Amino acid sequence: MTDRDETFAKVAELIEPFNKKDIELAEETSFAGDLEWDSLTVMDFVAAIEDEFEIIITMNMQAEIETVGQLVDAVAKLKG
Amino acid sequence: MTDAGTTAESLPESPAAVAPERDLMSKFDGLIAERQALLDSGVTDPFAIVMDQVKSPTQAVINGRETILLGTYNYMGMTFDPDVIAAGKDALDRFGSGTNGSRMLNGTFRDHIEAEEALREFYGMSGAIVFSTGYMANLGMISTLAAKGEYVILDADSHASIYDGCAQGNAEIVRFRHNSVDDLDKRLGRLPPEPGKLVVLEGVYSMLGDIAPLKEMVAVAKKHGAMTLVDEAHSMGFYGPNGRGVYEDQGLQDDVDFIVGTFSKSVGTVGGFCVSNHPKFEAIRLACRAYIFTASLPPSVVATAATSIRKLRHAHDKRRQLWENARTLHGGLKALGFKLGTEAPDSAIIAVMLEDQAQAVTMWQALLEAGLYVNMARPPATPAGTYLLRCSLCAEHSAEQIATVLAMFGATGRAVGVIG
Repeated sequence: MTDRDETFAKVAELIEPFNKKDIELAEETSFAGDLEWDSLTVMDFVAAIEDEFEIIITMNMQAEIETVGQLVDAVAKLKG
Repeated sequence: MTDAGTTAESLPESPAAVAPERDLMSKFDGLIAERQALLDSGVTDPFAIVMDQVKSPTQAVINGRETILLGTYNYMGMTFDPDVIAAGKDALDRFGSGTNGSRMLNGTFRDHIEAEEALREFYGMSGAIVFSTGYMANLGMISTLAAKGEYVILDADSHASIYDGCAQGNAEIVRFRHNSVDDLDKRLGRLPPEPGKLVVLEGVYSMLGDIAPLKEMVAVAKKHGAMTLVDEAHSMGFYGPNGRGVYEDQGLQDDVDFIVGTFSKSVGTVGGFCVSNHPKFEAIRLACRAYIFTASLPPSVVATAATSIRKLRHAHDKRRQLWENARTLHGGLKALGFKLGTEAPDSAIIAVMLEDQAQAVTMWQALLEAGLYVNMARPPATPAGTYLLRCSLCAEHSAEQIATVLAMFGATGRAVGVIG
């Protein structure tokens, strides 16, 4: 597995507890459209991602992230 | 003939209506439908209450009915204080009904200076700036203090005015879990050390009435080199030896950089402010858009504020009565079997937690019909999808009124099935 695959797998694992509708996850799965998350769910999920990877995803950055693939890229970049 | 002129003339005289997909108002269809469904269920609209008469800080006439007010922020009951009213009338007579201008230009009158002086005395701070509302004080202070490349770190349950202050500015915004000292510490620790940081906290969180562990949070902020701003809107007048707020109660008189507050709660009028000991604090007046680009408060408003603030400094009896009322109501509701937002009477806000919107609206309406006004609050204003009835106490509530309130809650709660 490449680093990116590993990050994707970890992100997917962290999505699961919030994936109430059992949506199959892909690069282009969107948080608002497909997973239908509200702002409170996003808050909890972002906190979980931040703690797992020991990063900060600012609210400014969150506004730009719409899909699982974009989040994986952002996490990879923030991990440095 | 110019090109622009040609274009205008070529437009049809009666253009077709905007197509639904281009109608900017279409985005509100969901909200309109939800409100209509609520009204169709036959309830009074909880967000369209009109006070026909207000008789005292604790009594009004709503829909022709004598009603006890338990859902205002009139914590110290200053709105009908004779000295406060006299000061307002005098200013109205002497200075007219409005200022017609910005604080920065023609909108600073004698009583704006008086209100700022009263604030400096009340808080024991060197600097005080009055804004037109509490909302604008947060909006202005947060967006002006933290610039591009700097950070604002805020509690997830922050008031809308704090979130909007973040949105108006250009700083990077980071949230931490509500009232979690560890979470704040962890997040500050992950940020680069160099840029300036502002940690924004509230003394009392207004939905559940819970208070912040400010002592620990301010210590954590300092450890990471961040400055702090604490919003004490819901605590002024009745926490700490001088009634300055939760920060004073927790011994932080010299440790918080900026305190934001409002005239619309304990002070009993409208307006907002920030106080600080920072030697460069006055520079905010030169840079803050929410201070510069709006009209200043009317003279009568700042005159009532100045008088009220000076009286609040010595309002020990009111303070004692307010806490007594909070303890009685909290204990009484708990004994009746209601689930409350806080274990103990930590503030003058007591939130009765309910299951869903239907239960909240039914209970709210039944109380209103019995002659009691409380606030109904629902997401997104409330945390974690909770529906609640928020009671806020006043120092002027009599023991008899509190007993009546408890009887109403008991009867209504049983009728609606919230308690057994």
